[in-house]
Parts: sequence; structure tokens; C-alpha cells
Amino acid sequence: MSLPAYAGPLETTWYYLFRFICGLIFFFLIAPILVIIPLSFNAVPFFTFTEKMLTFDPEGYSLKWYRDFFSNLNWQGAVKNSFIIAFFSTIISTTLGTIAALGLSRAEMPAKTWVMGILISPMIVPLIISAAGMFFFYTDMGLASTHLGVILAHAALSTPFVVITVTATLVGFDQSLIRASATLGANPTTTFFKVIVPLILPGVISGALFAFVTSFDEVVVVKFIGSYEQRTIPWAMFSGIREQISPTILAVATLLVLLSVGMLATVELLRRRNEKLRGLSPG
Amino acid sequence: MANTTTNSPLVTVDGTPLKVSLGRAKRKAKLRALLLVAPLFAFILLTFFVPIISMLLRSVDNEVVSYTLPNTAPLLSQWDASSGEIPGEAVFKALAADFKESAEDKYDDKSAGKVGRRLNYELTGFSSMFRKTARKSKKFEPPYKEAFIKAEKKWGDPKYWQVMQREMRKATDSYYLAAIDAGYDSEGNRAFNEPGKRVYLKLFWRTFWMSGLITGLCLLLAYPVAYLLSILKSRTSNMLMILVLLPFWTSLLVRTSAWIALLQKEGVINSLLVATGMLDDANRLLMIHNKAGTIIAMVHVLLPFMILPLYSVMKTIPPSYMRAARSLGATPFTAFTKVYMPNTIPGIGAGAILVFILSIGYYITPALVGGQSGTLISNLIAYHLESSLNWGLAAALGAILLAATFALYLVYDKIVGIDNMKLG
Amino acid sequence: MKLLNRTLIAVAVSAGMVGVASAKDLVVVSWGGAYTASQQNAYHAPYMANNPDITIVNDDSAGGAVAKLRAMQEANNVTWDLVDMVASDAILSCDEGLVIEIDHNAVLAAAPDGTPALEDFGDLVVSPCFIPQIVYSTTFGYRTDKVGDTPPTSINDIFDLDKYPGKRALQKKPINNLEWALIADGVPADKVYEVLGTEAGVAQAFAKLDTIKDSVIWWDKGAQPPQLLADGEVTIASAYNGRLFSVIEEEKQPIAMMWDWQVFDLDGWVVPAGGKNEADVLAYLNFATDTQRLADQAKYISYGPARASSAPMVGKHKDLGIDMAPHMPTSPAYAEHTLLYNYEFWADNIDDLTESFQAWLTN
Repeated sequence: MSLPAYAGPLETTWYYLFRFICGLIFFFLIAPILVIIPLSFNAVPFFTFTEKMLTFDPEGYSLKWYRDFFSNLNWQGAVKNSFIIAFFSTIISTTLGTIAALGLSRAEMPAKTWVMGILISPMIVPLIISAAGMFFFYTDMGLASTHLGVILAHAALSTPFVVITVTATLVGFDQSLIRASATLGANPTTTFFKVIVPLILPGVISGALFAFVTSFDEVVVVKFIGSYEQRTIPWAMFSGIREQISPTILAVATLLVLLSVGMLATVELLRRRNEKLRGLSPG
Repeated sequence: MANTTTNSPLVTVDGTPLKVSLGRAKRKAKLRALLLVAPLFAFILLTFFVPIISMLLRSVDNEVVSYTLPNTAPLLSQWDASSGEIPGEAVFKALAADFKESAEDKYDDKSAGKVGRRLNYELTGFSSMFRKTARKSKKFEPPYKEAFIKAEKKWGDPKYWQVMQREMRKATDSYYLAAIDAGYDSEGNRAFNEPGKRVYLKLFWRTFWMSGLITGLCLLLAYPVAYLLSILKSRTSNMLMILVLLPFWTSLLVRTSAWIALLQKEGVINSLLVATGMLDDANRLLMIHNKAGTIIAMVHVLLPFMILPLYSVMKTIPPSYMRAARSLGATPFTAFTKVYMPNTIPGIGAGAILVFILSIGYYITPALVGGQSGTLISNLIAYHLESSLNWGLAAALGAILLAATFALYLVYDKIVGIDNMKLG
Repeated sequence: MKLLNRTLIAVAVSAGMVGVASAKDLVVVSWGGAYTASQQNAYHAPYMANNPDITIVNDDSAGGAVAKLRAMQEANNVTWDLVDMVASDAILSCDEGLVIEIDHNAVLAAAPDGTPALEDFGDLVVSPCFIPQIVYSTTFGYRTDKVGDTPPTSINDIFDLDKYPGKRALQKKPINNLEWALIADGVPADKVYEVLGTEAGVAQAFAKLDTIKDSVIWWDKGAQPPQLLADGEVTIASAYNGRLFSVIEEEKQPIAMMWDWQVFDLDGWVVPAGGKNEADVLAYLNFATDTQRLADQAKYISYGPARASSAPMVGKHKDLGIDMAPHMPTSPAYAEHTLLYNYEFWADNIDDLTESFQAWLTN
């Protein structure tokens, strides 16, 4: 909405002031994330811009925190664990969550709100409480300090995201398409793979990405039920911040920002594709 | 033929009445829907619900005392606590037997030391009392009363016996009392602790008001941004949306460490202020390890959770509403506050409750940037789980926090509907 | 021929199985970082070299180990073989039956001169389950560039904001802080615990701490105070002596130490009850806690060996080449004012005083 031609001076002032305020808020949102990127190339172990950095002296910059990250076994183990755990927990939560969403979106589903409430609760219950419960129970089951335990825990924590995104995709889903497919002679399996899957796939993939990020970012639960063998990137960052805060953490953070840019781009593309497919938006 | 159709119920091809057949089909469809949901439901129940419920049971579970002291329990229950006298020889004899048994079973779960630790939460001194006694109990000989008191003089003090008698119960309320800064006084009545020893109510209160403040600040910052996004052309607003979504997708740890880099004493903001001469080097601002640090970082982390629901509601408000109000003579301000804002209330409600729910359970950010004054109730729960090992108290605090969260969840359901929750 | 072949195969298979069965992993839980590294160099590596069938796996989860051990024991599924703990946690774990009692003289090696282990460790065996390893102390570090020409020399200086303005970092627990507050308030050291046992005494300690409360940043992880000092966030900090040693001698930061009323504490081994390799662990302990090994650890980290017989054998730092003896907290140079952590007192009062401490912090 641009400024109308008939706007008075007060409105004009307000128009620009408002945009200025919004600009500041956007700055608040994004600046902290951007500021760590140059800081991660700092040549000295401080969390601030040095004089040499500000004058763009090449000596002020260095890749040594990245070298530290790539050569440090502690970090490399964490990277490996993070990917393994996030990968398998995403598979579990996406499969279970998608199937459940298909059921939940049917009109015949009884006690829908109630069931939905329970399925979403892992997202709502404070993490420390989930972590405490899982700590005792998973130790009892012999699942503590195992990758499997952490994978199951993360799968439980991330299913709500899959359920929510896939159900949202299914809201606009035309049930008559299934009937149409059946009248045209397709069996339920064919219908599922040829009609339902292509339509809900964007939702499933964004759900899976949400699930992946949830696991990839989770630190409270893994700290309680995992041991050093299961340490993940956020765990290593958490203890790094508490114990030996070095710019290596900023190097890791920068790499993670790049990862999230990639994820965000994927989700956005999928969302637009989904809207286009269902004719909800012209562009 | 015509007669029969009007008088008898409709039937399907195979002769069953249509109503029955429809009902059957409906039941089948219902069952199919349930079957689809069942695997996840079972999974969540097993990996999430059961663990939490069983953890919460620890907040009342007190079996360890009577289980480890099975001989003493029935005898001690007959002792008259108000007599001012310690129990008689029979109780001491039973206790000696229990101590000997526990020494044999020590590595299973019958450790007298565990009972000592448990009772020490009620009254300071039990821990060493049980340890010393356990060490010497192998050599105890009758008369046991003398032997016990010789080993540890606290056995001659009725106040310890009083606590033991009370905590022989299988379920206790003392963890919940402790969680609200209360306990039993020397007469055995429930009472609040003296003001110098109140911690948890203050922390609950702090958790709530800080969450409220964070929610308010988020709303204040989110409202204009969401409004701007909703009125801009979709190309521009999609571009700006990235600025909201990128933080949303970025790891919490990344954002928290970014704030540490920015806010600490030798950090970016302080250095910038000093370098530009706006601040004296000696007076660098303290923005971290306190409430301010927690609030700034948490507002940043939670802001997208406020912007997104607000935006999705504002997007659906037709611009014609405002135009209509203006053409009816309303000033821009009146039109905005009287027409536009009431329409955004569902979005405000959704965002505010979501942010509030998330912030009362926050752990990581306060733990890293909160220092002492920015600690929230979650951090104390973690402390009792990891360090003090008072798991009953941790469970009681957790149960209270969970109840608060659940209440808010219900409100959220009322306002938005759980099945309307959207992400990104 | 066939028969012979079959026999050979059988022998080979059984030999292979024996090989598999005897190759064991011992999971040793310790603190990570420089501390685990010093144990790896001084104990694990030489032991594995002598015993190729044993592999020692380091698990850096000693922080919060008691909680995990307790949960494991409740579940009857103890996966750890040996745990490094501070003495107070060892006493607690021993009380609860989480760790086994040790017959020190039978399990551990005697000193080179034949002194039995129990006598060699002396008073430091504070629990029948505990095998002491090192003596460390919580003491003070200060920024040399922020204290002018008169560096702090006494505990009173910690509480003197006029003389030494600036933030302090103290550990976020009542232990040590309450003792220091009382001593600085004029209570004789040998009366500290007596006074602290009374409500008036606790109030007195908190009143003294009140005088600096607004200037304190509270730390809870050992690495924080050196970092806070190095970053200039604080002027004076209480810290573990080994951490201060490395920030001063290895990282060459403008920091110095003040040893007045350092509080000694112990760190050592405990063997979890229900562990699956008890015999192997005890064999390892016999080696890893002998006189030479304990003295060797001081080459890598500045903590005092727990055996009396190890003290004369402490040599030079492995990389820095400096003589380590003067950097031991047990060095006679710092012996004038010292306090030994009172395990008995704190085992009873920790819950109660932690609560009071939390309340004091919150108010």
C-alpha cells in the first residue's frame, strides 16, 4: 500500500515514521544473526569487532575458528550425531505424523479436538518436564545413553509439527477427488500414491523439515537422556557457551545459519508450489 | 410396489435397510480414521505421556521410607508423638533389624542412606544421623535404645521421630508443600516457611511476570510489523517475511550465542558505544547475566511466534472495513482502534498465549544469559533433577508448571482451536 | 586329515572367542577437557599400553553423574565402570548404595616404601567408597591490571569494594562463600562450622555477603571464572586453582592468584555398584592410583596428588617446563590460612542452606 496522493502532512509523516519503526524492528530481528557471521572470522579470540576488522585489514580476519571446528573431534562427533539423530527421528515422526494427519482430517474422526490436543502436547509441555519424564522412563527401559533413545524422544517431540503442517495442507483437500479416483477404477493404493501423495507432498516435506529442525535444535532432552556419546551440535554449543566460550561457537553458528537459509528456502518454495497447485494464490 | 416403498424402510441391493447400512459404513469410516491415528497415538502415549505421568508420580511417592524400614513402620505408627518422649525399646529393636537388613541389601534398593537423604529434606540432620548409625549398626546389641543414642545422640530427640512417623506414609504431600515454600512446623502442622526461606513462589511469580512482560513486548513489536506485512504487495511482503522466518528457522543456540556476543561487557554493543564516545570505558553497560539479558534474548527468540499468527489474521481483514469507517467520517486513529484492532483480537490472543506458554517453560536462554536474577522456574527444576537430587520436589514443581501450561492450553483452544494451529 | 582340520578350526574359533571375550571396554566417566586429558596421559594411556585387551572409553559426563547413576541403579542398568567424583558426591553416593565400598589396602598399591595405601592417603579417605586422586582448592584470582599497586592479599579484600572496586565472581552455592563471609567477619576459622550451625550464624554470613551482593556474578561451571577474568567482566573471582593456573601460565592472561583461606576439596574415583566389569576396574585402579601415577598427573594439571608419597615426586609441567611443586595448592607457601571442606557438616546442611542461599539470591 503506497501513500495515497491526497495524504496530508500528518499522514505523510506518520507513513514514513511507521516504516522507520518497522525497519528498526526488522533490524532487531535480523541483525543478531548477521552480526555473528563477520565475528566468526575474527583473528583473535574475542566476541567483538577489532580495529583491524573495522579497517578491513586482512590480518584482522582468519579462518582459524573454522579450522578448529573441522579438526576438532568433539565437534565432528557432535555433527555426526546431530545428523544421524535428526535423520532417523524425522523419518519416524514424518511417517507416523502424516498417517495420523490423514485420519485427523477425515470428517468421521471422533473426538477430534481431544485427540489433536494429545498429539500436539509434546510441543506445548515445557521441555524441562518432558526431559525429566523421559530421563527416568528411558533409563528404566535401558534406552538412556543410546542413540535409539534420543531418536525416539526427538521423534515424539517433533511429530506435532508434522501433524500440524500436514493437516493444514489437508484442510483444502477435496475429498471428492478420492471418490472420483475410485469411480474411475483406481484401487485405494493407487489412489493414495497417484492422487493423495502428490497433493499433500509439499505439506509432508515442510512437516519433515520442521521435524528435522526440531531435533537438530533440541538440547534439553538430549542432555538428560543422552551421554557424551550422543552429544549433538546444540549440546556442544551449550556446554561451549557455559564452559569455554570461543569464537569456534560463532563459526558453528554461521554454518548453522547457512543451513537454516537452505531450509527456509525449501519450505518457502514448497509453500508456494502448494498454493499454486490448489489455486489459492495467483503467483 | 409403490405401496411397499412408502411404508417399509429403504433397503440397499442386498436387502439391508439403508439406515443400518449407512450406519455401518459410517462406523467403518470412523474406524478407518481411528486406525490411521492409532499408531501415532500409541507412539506418543508410550514415548511421551507415560514417561511424564510416571515422573509426576514421584511428586507424591514416598515408599522408600516404609519399604526400607518395614519392621519399624507398624510399631512407630502406634507411638504417641505428642507425648514428648522418644519411642520405646520395641521400636528401637525393630529399627536395628531394619538397619541390619538394609546393610545387607545396600546395593539393591534398601539403603538406609537413601532414607536419611529423603528425611533430610524434611529436617536437617537426618542425613548424617542415618549414615553414622548405618556404619555402626552391625555391632548393635540390646538394649538398642542406648546403642542408638550412643551412636548418634539425635535418636534421643523426639522431633526426629515425629518426622519419621509422619513420613512412613506411602504418599506424601511434603514435596508439594515445599514447592510452595511451605512445610510442617514443629507441631506437625502445615505452615508457610519464614520469609527468608521462600524461593519457589517468588520464582513462579518471577516466571509469570517476566513471561507477561516478554509477551507484551513481543506484541508491541509484532503488531506494527505484522500490519505492515499484511498491507504490502505480496512481492515485497514475501521479501520482508524472510526477515521474520530466518530467525524462526535459526537454531536457538545460535541466536542465544549471538546475543551473548552482542550484549556482554566486552561485546559488540558496549564496544560500539565506547568507540563512538557515547560511553565511558569504565561504565560499560551490564546487559547480560541479569533480567535484561533474559528479556532481550527471549523477546528476540519468541517474536516470530507472535508475528506469524497476527499476520495470518490481519491478512484476512478486508481493507474495505477501514475504508468504510473512514468514509463514514472516522479519523484514521478511530478507524484503526475501533474497527481494525477489534478484528485482530483472535490473532493477538493466539500469539500472546503461544508466546506466554513458551516462555513460562523456557530453560536454555535463561540458563545461558540469565545469570541469577534472570533465572526462571525451569532452571530450578533442572537444578533439583541434576544437582540436589531432590526428584520429588522437581516433580512437584514440574506438576505445578504443567498445570499452569495446561490451563493456558485450554484457553488457547477456546480462542484459536487446537486444530487451527499453523506454523510458518 | 579331515579330523585334524576340524580340530584346528575348533581351536581357532575358540581362540577367537576368547580374544573377543577378553577385549573389554571400561567406561570411565570424568570431567572432560584438560582434566580428562591429564588422566588419559597419566593413567589411561600407560595402562592400555600394558593391557592391550582393555580399552578405556572416556565419557565426559561427570557433571550430574550422581543423578544419572541413581537413575541407572533404579533401572538396574548400570553402564558405567568407574566414575570421577568430588568427595561430597562420593559420600552421598556411598550413603545411597550407588557405589561399592572399597577395601583400600587390599585393592590399592602400597607406597614404594611399603606404607599401606590407607595410611598413605591418610585423612583423605573420607568415605569407604572413595579413592582420592587429587587435592584441589577453591581460591581467588584477580586482574593484575585492575587492582593498582596493592594487590589483594587477604580474604577481607574480597569484601572490600572501596579498596577493590569492580565485579566479583563467586560460585553459585552456599559452600565456601558462607565460610569466607564468616572468616572475613572475624569468626575464627576453627569456629566457622559451629557458628554456621546456628541460625544467627547463617544470618551473619548472609549479612556479610549482602555487602557485596550487587557486585557479584555467580558462576556454576569451573571454566567460567577464568573466562570472566580474562574477558574483564570481573576484577576478582573465586575459582579452582587448576583453572587459574592454566589461564595464567598457559594463556598468559594478566591474572594472579590470592591463596588466603583457600578451601581444600578432594576429587577421586568411585566404582558404581552393579557395574559389569568390577574386577577389571579394580585392577585398573591398583595401577592408576599408585604413587608414580598420581605424581605423573601433576605434569599435566596443577592439582596436588592425594598420596603423601607422591608429593616428593612431582616434577615439571610437561609442556611449559615449569616446576609444578610451587603450584600445588598443598604447597607450604600457601599453608598459613587454609580450610578443609567439612564433609560432615555439608552432607547434613546442604539442602537447607542451599534453600536459604537460593532465597537470599532471589530476594
